[in-house]
Amino acid sequence: MKQTPIVAMSPHLHSGDSVEKKMYRVLLALLPAFGVSLFVFGWGTLITTLVAVTACVLFEYLIQRFVLKLPTTVTDGSAALTGLLLAFNLPSNLPIWIIVIGALFAIGLVKQTFGGLGNNPFNPAIAARVFLLVSFPAQMTTWPQPMQRSYLDALTGATPLEALKYHGHDLPNLNDLLLGTTGGSLGEIGALALLLGGAYLLLRKVITWHVPVSILGTVFLFTFLLGWLNPTSYHAVVSTNAVTNGLTFAVFHLLSGGLLLGALFMATDYVTSPMTTKGQLIYGVGIGAITVIIRIFGSYPEGVSFAILIMNALTPLINHYVKPTRFSPGRS
Amino acid sequence: MTTTLSAILILGAIGFALAAILFLVSKRFAVYEDPRIDQVEQSLPGANCGGCGFPGCRNFAEACVKGDLSTLRCPVGGNDTMKTVATILGREAVESAPKVAVLLCNGACDKRPKTNQYNGATSCSIEALTYAGDTACQYGCLGQGECADACTFDALHMDPLTGLPVVDEAVCTACGACVKACPRGLFELRLKGDEAKRVYVACKNKDKGAVARKACNVACIACSKCQQACQFDAITITDNLAYINDEACTVCGTCVSVCPTGSILSTFTIESAQA
Amino acid sequence: MKTSALRMKTFKIGGIHPPDYKLTAQHPIHTTRLPETAVVLLNQHLGALAQPLVGKGDQVKVGQLIAKANGFISANIHAPVSGKVVKVEPVADVTGYAQPAIHIAVEGDEWLESIDRSDDLITTCDLEPKAIVDRIFEAGIVGLGGACFPTHVKLSPPPGKQASCIIVNAVECEPYLTTDHRLLLEKGEEIVVGLCLAMKATNAPTGYIGIEANKKDAILYLQSISKKYPGIQVVPLQMKYPQGGEKQLIDAITGCRVPSGKLPIDVGAIVLNASTTFAIYEAVQKKKPLIERVLTVTGEALTQPGNYRVRIGSPMSMLAEEAGGVPENTAKLVAGGPMMGKALSSLNSPVTKGSGGLLMLASENAVRKPSRQCIRCGKCITACPMGLEPHLFMTLAEFEAWDQLEKAHIMDCIECGCCTFSCPSNRPLLDYLRIGKTTVGRLRKTRQQA
Repeated sequence: MKQTPIVAMSPHLHSGDSVEKKMYRVLLALLPAFGVSLFVFGWGTLITTLVAVTACVLFEYLIQRFVLKLPTTVTDGSAALTGLLLAFNLPSNLPIWIIVIGALFAIGLVKQTFGGLGNNPFNPAIAARVFLLVSFPAQMTTWPQPMQRSYLDALTGATPLEALKYHGHDLPNLNDLLLGTTGGSLGEIGALALLLGGAYLLLRKVITWHVPVSILGTVFLFTFLLGWLNPTSYHAVVSTNAVTNGLTFAVFHLLSGGLLLGALFMATDYVTSPMTTKGQLIYGVGIGAITVIIRIFGSYPEGVSFAILIMNALTPLINHYVKPTRFSPGRS
Repeated sequence: MTTTLSAILILGAIGFALAAILFLVSKRFAVYEDPRIDQVEQSLPGANCGGCGFPGCRNFAEACVKGDLSTLRCPVGGNDTMKTVATILGREAVESAPKVAVLLCNGACDKRPKTNQYNGATSCSIEALTYAGDTACQYGCLGQGECADACTFDALHMDPLTGLPVVDEAVCTACGACVKACPRGLFELRLKGDEAKRVYVACKNKDKGAVARKACNVACIACSKCQQACQFDAITITDNLAYINDEACTVCGTCVSVCPTGSILSTFTIESAQA
Repeated sequence: MKTSALRMKTFKIGGIHPPDYKLTAQHPIHTTRLPETAVVLLNQHLGALAQPLVGKGDQVKVGQLIAKANGFISANIHAPVSGKVVKVEPVADVTGYAQPAIHIAVEGDEWLESIDRSDDLITTCDLEPKAIVDRIFEAGIVGLGGACFPTHVKLSPPPGKQASCIIVNAVECEPYLTTDHRLLLEKGEEIVVGLCLAMKATNAPTGYIGIEANKKDAILYLQSISKKYPGIQVVPLQMKYPQGGEKQLIDAITGCRVPSGKLPIDVGAIVLNASTTFAIYEAVQKKKPLIERVLTVTGEALTQPGNYRVRIGSPMSMLAEEAGGVPENTAKLVAGGPMMGKALSSLNSPVTKGSGGLLMLASENAVRKPSRQCIRCGKCITACPMGLEPHLFMTLAEFEAWDQLEKAHIMDCIECGCCTFSCPSNRPLLDYLRIGKTTVGRLRKTRQQA
């Protein structure tokens, strides 16, 4: 033995799991959707993403180094992930200065003010998106039309959900929704690519099925019932058969807007979601229900971000009341 | 004009009604509290350190008003505060000599070699629960600084050179938080002494001399030289460990000069070491 | 083996799958040489210290009683070697704290005549149940899985309680360790007879032997033997840590959950470790007290890792020598398995009844990574086999909120280490859980006394 022995309490083995591994795996899982976006929106995607990621990483470093005077944790990948998710939630033709403000809000106000990774009550990317949405409503709701692949001078068009909410015609077909050739925020298009990333996360056990399945299940059930029982009020009449109507309506809601992105990548954020599986199911059902309520009865065409934020706020309460199933009840 | 008037009248009426209710409630549900409790509390330091054995200064004040002053003492305020308290209550103050926290370990890094490396959580109690420590001495300081964390008066600091805590006796109030915090029981509240002169055995090692010496250069090896040298019967040896009774000690310093390992420390320079 | 992995039993809540590392599974048990001096600790069991019966200068023979049990929850201690008692003085045990011990200088190897040292299998036993328990008590047998609870206490259920089954814990879910595996293969029938004896002692109708699926040869071998013994069933189990935990094993095999704060006997089960069952056989059929045990000495860089039968009281350093010396790159020495064993500060401490192995970890595995903030991923909750919230316990223990810890059922914790193993932030969860448990336990005791 070259050195004196090291002593610590058991266990003397570790799974080798780390925060970095988890963060980089999520980043990897977002790549297919990024590719789709790059194909559909071109330069806009590249510029927005680069700016958002760089700004988030830089702000994290600067704040930790010079304001909080703490060791920096930029290498753990959480700031880069926040940046990428923020970019995914923005229209690809958003001016750079707005993106930078969003990044500052996400890292500075939502994350580091509360003590950095692990202590933020809200998902930084979503909080920043909502902040930008209420601060710059015009810029945040003009989306470039798909396949233009230019940055600021692109023609703008409606998102599928806007079309559904306000007039009910020019709806994209199922293929468009699956492949991503529709308008919308940078990363929310391309259902197949998002599902691929989600499957990877499930496979690598970065996330469990509880949150995504409960969100998507709730949305599906809720919209199916609405479309089935009351087809005419939602511009969604496609056939005379009520059940087919319901199904079409439900599938449209599942695949459009930020639902898949939110359910797979943002609601599953460790820090802001409940810790027990029971709690995660409650949280997921809550997000699903609030999303549908906002989409159908609210004034915004899309409500995933608001739903996640609201349930983020309820997470501490869920953690407090929903405890894991004990091995055996009784006094210990 | 009438609107202004009616507004004034209505608001005035509401205000009057509420005032009346408040007045009645405060009369009806009034709880008598000895006004001296407030006075006593104001004379206390207000640090809520718990050194007196009560959760906070208010509780201590209540106990003072109700109970016997001879059993109660605010270690932070000391005699002056207890005198003020006694005056408020119109009773006799009970004097007691001021004390200070003293670390009973002198096993600095260079005197007590490390035999292994501790790699667990930074907490003395956890290290003590894990094993006997990273030196061969199972009684000495573990150096994770739990005492310094426990001190509410900022009177304890870890010295990076020795790895031991240092008591700032100008600030130490002898509240006893460190005595409770140390899992090895290495702190003792000892009499501060005239001109802060103190002599004490800075060791808690109860192993036999040879074992203790092997673990640490400055361990007490219970050779009993100090006991024989002491003219005041202030030194006792139990479990292979010498202890100096601070009530009987006259701080003459004889024991310090005869100790072969240097485990007896004094807070002042002893002039005639060879006398 | 016909049972498919899917149909195999296991416990229902939590658990982890650490890597196996069973390097020595194919190494037959090898008996080591005798030590020069045996140091026999007096606290080798849970409960009161044994009272020494010998003093400096006394001559002792192998198997002679040298310290007797002090009360019911205590255990006898016998001389593991023959020779002269040098001194009765404290010595550092695995934790480094000094504990009283008897030091015997070895002279020859002279056994008590009453001990049957032959290898012949004796299957019949016409002793009364009470007499079996008495022999187990006389032989000083304690749980050899690590907890060291006196076995005679386990086999004497309090009045009104009846054991319906005895479970032999041959799970060995700790990575690296292979002593139970080797014992099953080499002394399989003896273990089955030991189980029969325990069943007879407690009048229990059924006996189970729980073995994890990574020991297929042992499962097949014991299945073939157990056919000859009515009432005994070999239960193959899915691989999952901590299946060897008493409560988890009972859950896996019988489906019964021991209620919080209760003992296995409250659901009619008694769990005995495989090595303990073998010791019972030797004590009852061969009149041999517990003076030696099998340890796995292992580690990736070790030249001769293996399973060694060694006299109790031999220094750990002798075991290391037998296995080819401590490798250069070793950074951590662990007495027991990597999940629950204790890290040693030196190899001077002696082998005790509870030592299950000596593991030498290389530097890359031994040093903990720096602990970071909790990211609330909930991995510790998912991993906890008791359904607790380790992350919360750590925070509460840091803030010394002992009463809240008690309300959150910290005393349910079995200290298996699944939480620390799974934590991606490398938080020392179990360190804090232990301090919480210790403090809450102490507070409870003072409350009961008040």
